[in-house]
Amino acid sequence: MNWQMLTLVGEDRPGIVAQVTDALYQGGCTLGETSMIRLGGNFTIMMMVNGGQSEQALASCLAPVAEQLRLRFHLDPMHGGLHQHRIPNFQVRVNGADRAGIVASVTGVLAGLGFNILELDSDVVGSSDKPVYIMTIQGYAEASLEALETALNRLRSEEIDVHVSAIETLIG
Amino acid sequence: MAILEILKLPDPRLKAVAEDVERFDSRLHDFIADLEQTRQAGPAAVGIAAPQVGVSRRIVIIDCSTTRKPAPNHGHLVLVNPEITDWEGFELGREGCLSVPDYTGNVIRAERIKLHAHDPQGELQAYEMAGFEARALQHEVDHLDGILFIDRLVSRRTDLFQRKVYQKRR
Repeated sequence: MNWQMLTLVGEDRPGIVAQVTDALYQGGCTLGETSMIRLGGNFTIMMMVNGGQSEQALASCLAPVAEQLRLRFHLDPMHGGLHQHRIPNFQVRVNGADRAGIVASVTGVLAGLGFNILELDSDVVGSSDKPVYIMTIQGYAEASLEALETALNRLRSEEIDVHVSAIETLIG
Repeated sequence: MAILEILKLPDPRLKAVAEDVERFDSRLHDFIADLEQTRQAGPAAVGIAAPQVGVSRRIVIIDCSTTRKPAPNHGHLVLVNPEITDWEGFELGREGCLSVPDYTGNVIRAERIKLHAHDPQGELQAYEMAGFEARALQHEVDHLDGILFIDRLVSRRTDLFQRKVYQKRR
């Protein structure tokens, strides 16, 4: 399977997913894993797309709908494929006053312990004069909970709370 | 004893509501032995329900005694005609299922439950469960009602705190 990674970005409005996926379907493509989210009011989506076409053919199939919806898109040939899921065993939650460098310092500590981030979400909430930063990370590490706690506790301050917990995934 | 075939999504039998067990006989005991062997043959499942092997009867097995991080549990339990009578609290947790391979997702479950169920001899027993074991039981009882964890998935951005407040106001 020759998957392409399609990234689409633009101003959000209702109906984008329907129109883009219809163009892909009409062009003979199938979809793999996808992830759409609004970031700062913008529409963003990443999709695994497969149709056996060349990158150029895929691009020309998307061009009319992208132009109509004023979306920018990008295609990359990708390695890997479906059924590559990894189950996270730790969750890290960070919240506090917004300041530069929070993500870099938290993820730097995690990387130092061999923590592989599988999912990361972050948001700036609160008000513009008192912004609050919230981040959740799920990932996989061989390190112990105690080792992660000790390392992350050094980042804690009066204004930043960092909390790590084990995820026990229930299979039933 | 035999290892039974696990039904996988989208098998319609997983969506059926199972019937009560009425006879606590050797046929039931043989089936329970097969169901347990099937649970143990799969990938580290803490529970299994009869509908997952195509038997539409209200029977579940759970065993939460082998979690990585030990959590309160009743050990190995065979529960026939289980009925949850009390729910308390909400907790978000990650679940997967023998019948939904290659997928895990977040589900909200009650933190603490009370239930009664028959044991394999037909005696009525009562239990109180919390945390991981309560989650396992709720996951398995859902199978008896034709519900899979993917029917209860919540977005990874779901804010449990807001949901709690919302529930209390109702």
